Amino acid sequence: MSDKKKLAVWKFASCDGCQLSILDCEDELLLLADQVEIAYFPEATKTIIEGPYDVSLVEGSITTPHDALRILEIRKNSNLLVSIGACATSGGIQALRNYLNVSKYVNAVYAKPKYIQTLETSTAIADHVQIDYELRGCPVNKYQLLEVLGSFLNGKKPTIPDHSVCVECKLDGNPCVAVAKGMPCLGPVTHAGCGALCPHYYRGCFGCYGPMENPNTTSLASYVSKNGLADGDVLRLFRNFNSASPQFSNESKRYETAK
Amino acid sequence: MSKSEVHKYRVSTEDLQQIFKALSSKDYQNIGPIQRDGAIMLEKIQSFDQLAAGFHEDLDKGVYRLSQKNDGSLFQYTVGPQSFKKYLYPPRRKLWAATKTGNGFNVEEGDQPPAKMAFWGIRSCEIRAIEILDRIFLRGEFSNKWYEKARQDLFIVAAGCTKPSGNCFCTSTQTGPAPKGGFDLSVVEVIDKKNYFILEIGSEKGQKLVNKIKLQPASPAEIQNADKLLAASEKKMSKRFDPEEAAKILMENPDHIHWNEVAKRCLSCANCTLVCPTCFCSSTEDITEITGDHTERWLRWDSCFNGDFSYIHGGQIRPTTKSRYRQWLTHKMSGWYDQFDSSGCVGCGRCITWCPVGIDLTEELLAMKS
Repeated sequence: MSDKKKLAVWKFASCDGCQLSILDCEDELLLLADQVEIAYFPEATKTIIEGPYDVSLVEGSITTPHDALRILEIRKNSNLLVSIGACATSGGIQALRNYLNVSKYVNAVYAKPKYIQTLETSTAIADHVQIDYELRGCPVNKYQLLEVLGSFLNGKKPTIPDHSVCVECKLDGNPCVAVAKGMPCLGPVTHAGCGALCPHYYRGCFGCYGPMENPNTTSLASYVSKNGLADGDVLRLFRNFNSASPQFSNESKRYETAK
Repeated sequence: MSKSEVHKYRVSTEDLQQIFKALSSKDYQNIGPIQRDGAIMLEKIQSFDQLAAGFHEDLDKGVYRLSQKNDGSLFQYTVGPQSFKKYLYPPRRKLWAATKTGNGFNVEEGDQPPAKMAFWGIRSCEIRAIEILDRIFLRGEFSNKWYEKARQDLFIVAAGCTKPSGNCFCTSTQTGPAPKGGFDLSVVEVIDKKNYFILEIGSEKGQKLVNKIKLQPASPAEIQNADKLLAASEKKMSKRFDPEEAAKILMENPDHIHWNEVAKRCLSCANCTLVCPTCFCSSTEDITEITGDHTERWLRWDSCFNGDFSYIHGGQIRPTTKSRYRQWLTHKMSGWYDQFDSSGCVGCGRCITWCPVGIDLTEELLAMKS
């Protein structure tokens, strides 16, 4: 029997993009395969080795009764459980359903709605089981993913700062798109990790990494609102890939009711 | 140089080009203001033509806009989001690395300090900021060696500020707008039918550099023109406060109700500290390869607005935005006197311009007074 740590990668409601980030590691993939036994990763291999697993990476959100039970089993079978990506950490883009009437949609979309079993909401993994670590992003950053796995293997705390995206812009020398171009930008309230990808390309931050450590969404929203952004646009600013994160959700609701 | 030795010259843009070339030929890396992505940025430049020409700015709290005129001017704006600090104390730097060997590990050196650098168009406020950094980093046995080396080989070409922005307040901090010492060469730009500069030589190093360039002494009228512009510049700055009084007020009011008000607006995003030319806080991060065979220790700028920064055994010292803003302002404007013999603020106004919600520290200081 191998003495390598057993790695499992699980999928829930998601687009598979975060799992692909693992495969995107390319240069480091063989190194990773040397260090761990890839025991369960259907996106990459048909081979399935039974649990328990040393570390489980969980992608996707919980949207069905079946998945709500499945995650409990995975938790039981995993020593360390890390949720990866916006779906797993805050419900993802599909959490927009949380603001709507799901059964109406099911009836409108499916020919035989009685075959559809779905929950009213899309929720994060942490809403269902205890998690050991969360890696943000839509999708996750592959270098951060390697940092989390490498830290786990080498017994250190991962270096994943939870400050704002603004810090990444300033360290990289991007002129601020909010101040210099007047663009609405979620950077000041968003968790770092993407390397300020959008501001690098002269776009405001879309908030893919969800709220930073102590976001002041109310101040940012009222500032962009005062500067002419319509309520609907402020709402949509916060209602995106991390719309179900408590801070973004609460802020978006303020602009739903505001008249 | 003693006062009696100060000579002023009238130089043209072409003369400045000569100086630029002379610095290049003496192996200086010229670094200066260029226009990039709608802002004045400080970058390594190979040719004088790369310097931002004809740019004018319109700044307000949380607002920065550049426009360009065909007036051939070189220094008719103030400062962008960056300060020259980034070349003396880079945002990210590898300190050292280690690689596993059979029964131990080898330690490898990190990033090396840059070769000779020449800073172009540096403003008076920022020369004062570098002097503050000197007091922080050059401390004998405990000096930052990297900074020491970068600083040693530095050549400074200053520019007097004749067109302050709406966010400048160097008259209050007494750090400008005219460069007074701390430079090798200094110019004041006079916009005329044909623009010219009044050049002042500030050091032996500066004198030596221009020795081979034929310089025309400035006439009293030309010198007066430049002095008038600087005097007018002082008058244009409307933000006023007394730094020593501010230091006292801040230290006496840790529980002032106004801290709650500013915390409602503050994003805790750290922008103010990252654009500040004197903020010097950093963290070290260890990056380990997945195999565990190689590890690197990096230094990167950090901020008192980041939660991790005040995290010690047992929790965060400053968990709230209120406590972070208070720490920043009180340290910068007050505690700094005890620590480094001056205020930490040089009146450049960057923290006002680049705050995404336009918080103005001079207004916050005044509010603490009541």
